[in-house]
Amino acid sequence: MNEIMDLQLYQLLAAYIFILILLAIVRLRNLDHEREIIIATIRMTIQLVLVGYLLNYVFDQNNYLFTLLIIIIMESFAIYNIYQRVTGKINTNLKLVIAVAMLSGTLISIFFFLVVVINLKPWYYSRYFIPISGMLIGNSMTGISLGVQRLISGIKEQQDQIRAALMLGVTPERATEKIVNQAFSSAILPTINSMMGMGIVFLPGMMTGQILSGVSPLVAIRYQIAIMMGITGSVSLTIIIFIHLGYKTFFNDRAQLDIEN
Amino acid sequence: MFFLQDVKYKDVLDISYLELSEQEVVCIVGPSGGGKTTLLKLLNNLISVDQGRVLYHDKDVEEWDPIELRRKVVMVSQQPITFTASIGEELKVGFDLTDQEVPKQEKIVELLKRMQIDKDLSTDIDQLSGGEKQRLALARSLLLNPEVLLLDEPSSALDRVTEQKVIEQLVNYAAENGITLIMVTHSLIISQKYCTKIIKIKDGEIAG
Repeated sequence: MNEIMDLQLYQLLAAYIFILILLAIVRLRNLDHEREIIIATIRMTIQLVLVGYLLNYVFDQNNYLFTLLIIIIMESFAIYNIYQRVTGKINTNLKLVIAVAMLSGTLISIFFFLVVVINLKPWYYSRYFIPISGMLIGNSMTGISLGVQRLISGIKEQQDQIRAALMLGVTPERATEKIVNQAFSSAILPTINSMMGMGIVFLPGMMTGQILSGVSPLVAIRYQIAIMMGITGSVSLTIIIFIHLGYKTFFNDRAQLDIEN
Repeated sequence: MFFLQDVKYKDVLDISYLELSEQEVVCIVGPSGGGKTTLLKLLNNLISVDQGRVLYHDKDVEEWDPIELRRKVVMVSQQPITFTASIGEELKVGFDLTDQEVPKQEKIVELLKRMQIDKDLSTDIDQLSGGEKQRLALARSLLLNPEVLLLDEPSSALDRVTEQKVIEQLVNYAAENGITLIMVTHSLIISQKYCTKIIKIKDGEIAG
């Protein structure tokens, strides 16, 4: 049997029992999250149903305009999500840097991965293009969020030290070197850690999906290895672009620390 | 050397005219919150004036490359800030961060002695008292051999006896090496004994 077993609607409904159990526990224990659980479940269901129909339509059309439109929407949501996730104020220039880093970092990686590694034909073949882009954009978004958070809090917490260095004639680049390196590490570490545990601690989603749909595990791991490289590349490229430009937004053209802007 | 004209910075500082010459030991005195530190920061271009001009060697500080200016006009904040783990590393870090050649070991050790730090170069910075850290920061900035050294209360964490010794060494070292000293101080003894020029700043204005 090499075909995926179709899930009937009544079977799907049975899966919601898990949520009912959770709700019962929450109510019994007087925990506060009842509303959120219900909203999250409903949102997840509606969002996925819509995406299912949308992707079905887009895959049928297989038009490069649709593919590009979806990439633009994904990128926009990812960038917006980063702005929302980071606690504390992000200055306008830093927002711009985040957008530039996300767009250039992920798009370069996506095209390299699809055109050179996968050798996708046609290049916009949406059944590959969209999910793979989603993985690269999603992981880069998580990485850059951590990097942004670390950079902002690092500069804020160590502003006296940065000023003391500037007073000696140290350039902003050297004065923030340590903080920038920490931001880079915190952005890239989750990706490296997930590579460490992959295959032993957990089976990655893409590989699981392929195996469930009847693909040989040997083919599935090949894709999984390739996509992990793609993700690592995309996260690194995005965060490198981000930190190279990001620290500069905390200084004015007189090399003065300017964190109220 | 420094020339200030019609300088205004927020509601903090309002100086119509001020001239500071080379090779002097200038003391800036006055009540807390009067704008003394702000004046130092303006000279170091760590902040910029809202109005008026600050000239260094006849050139507006805003036209200097800020990094180049700050390497000639080094400032040390009141709270001593350290960047490394040991005394030895700390004395070299200024050179490392500004990509300059580290001076010879003897010079480093000599300066450490003159700043009254009787400790080994390998000593952990965490083991130093506030006063020792302050003197370490002084030694670090003197080693950089700037044209001007701006010091914000360089002896605030020192006892009377140490204060005298350190400031005397500081003034002598500056004279030997052609460094102009401009320091904010609350100490009457220092301003009377060592300063060649005293500027009193009150409520952001020069009061004498």
